[in-house]
Amino acid sequence: MEPMPRALKALTWLTTALFAVSLYMVLFYAPREAVMGDVQRVFYFHVSSGWVGALAFLVTAFAGGVYLARGERRWDRVALASVEIGIIFTFANIVSGSIWARPIWNTWWTWDPRLVTATVMELIYVAYLMLRQGIEDPDRRARFGAVYGILGFLSVPLTFLSIRIFRTIHPVVIGDNDPTAQGAFDMTPKMLQAFLFSLLTFTFLYFTLLWHRLRLQTLAERVEQLKMKVLSG
Amino acid sequence: MPESTPAFRQAESIHDARDMIQRRPTPAYGRAIAAVVWKDLAAELRSRELIGAMLVFALLVILIFNFALELDVRTRQTVTSGVLWVTFAFAGTLGLNRSMAIEKDRGCLDGLLLTPVDRSALYFGKTLGNLVFMLIVEAIVLPTYSALYNVNLFRPALLGVILLGSIGYAAVGTLLASMAVQARTRDVLLPILLFPVVLPVLVAAIKASNAILQGFEPSEIWPWLNLLIVYDVVFVAVAMMVFDYVVEE
Repeated sequence: MEPMPRALKALTWLTTALFAVSLYMVLFYAPREAVMGDVQRVFYFHVSSGWVGALAFLVTAFAGGVYLARGERRWDRVALASVEIGIIFTFANIVSGSIWARPIWNTWWTWDPRLVTATVMELIYVAYLMLRQGIEDPDRRARFGAVYGILGFLSVPLTFLSIRIFRTIHPVVIGDNDPTAQGAFDMTPKMLQAFLFSLLTFTFLYFTLLWHRLRLQTLAERVEQLKMKVLSG
Repeated sequence: MPESTPAFRQAESIHDARDMIQRRPTPAYGRAIAAVVWKDLAAELRSRELIGAMLVFALLVILIFNFALELDVRTRQTVTSGVLWVTFAFAGTLGLNRSMAIEKDRGCLDGLLLTPVDRSALYFGKTLGNLVFMLIVEAIVLPTYSALYNVNLFRPALLGVILLGSIGYAAVGTLLASMAVQARTRDVLLPILLFPVVLPVLVAAIKASNAILQGFEPSEIWPWLNLLIVYDVVFVAVAMMVFDYVVEE
């Protein structure tokens, strides 16, 4: 087994350090929000994980397109790894939103368009994994995954559009707010710094996880090949 | 002069022929689409297994809704568009699955793929065929619903929305059904793949139909109609481009 590449090791440590700093910034550096209190601190990681989810699904659609054009298997590996990470982070996004909504909207869940589209987005990629599971031929699995990854991503823009088209209860912190939104607030400079820093941290976290996942997949394939060799020889 | 050599002229004419088949929509392209649609309709006319099943299923769904929602006069006002679209969507899934499963099981898909036409012509042919089946079912369900619940559904705007919604549904559905039938878990897979992806079309169609039925202002209807048209165009274009990779062996 080949050792972990030095760059990956360095990236992992860097991400760990960034995460520690952003935890400090979110919990202590950023001031307490006047109306909502400490629960507002969920916002930093809530938006960051939503961002990573969207980024991951964008990468999947992109890698799918490249795979269809070139037919190189490593792009399919990127697409799959990215979907798995995206599902986890979108889930974190939905759950952390729920935790915030309980005291602010007085409910865990409401059938708001923004919430529903985020959940549908999650379901699309769960369906993506189920599709892959149902196909044995690796080439076909990769092709279908790419097609579904591209098609599925077309529904994600709706998630972001929805906040403008529909009347929504979900606040928009960046840009103009809908008058029906509840729980909106203006960021102080310190809050903005903490927010931008957690976005950066989560982006690093995404790429670190992606790299680890790709390495794991390559190793798994090698184990599979060795097993075949032993069984046939 | 290299232009006048026979080899060059031959190469040029081959290039022209390929150009004609692959790039421009020629009469041959239209004929190929029409042939696929005609094949589906003729097969259906002789066996009558698809539309019959879709229709009975659609009526059953409406019956179940009748009990589940207690469709009295006041509820009817607000839920009619939802009931109709859920019915169309469920019946549509049934038809899509069957229409692609027939192709796969009897080896017809391989035969179609061997024909020397552009793959996108096959896609459009199958999509149009599925669209026709959906429209036939809708053409029977709508008057039945109108008669049963005493709602006038024959408004040109509503029929337009139903046509647009069905186009989007058939466009994505045909692509995903041709993927689903090649998977091990094909019977359960199609709805799981289709519903989340086609949701923008369904939501826009339901909201637009509801706005029309309730007699809202056109300014309330247009955003949904625009969304519906945009997704129709996007889905048709993308499905046409990627269909090749789905049927490739």
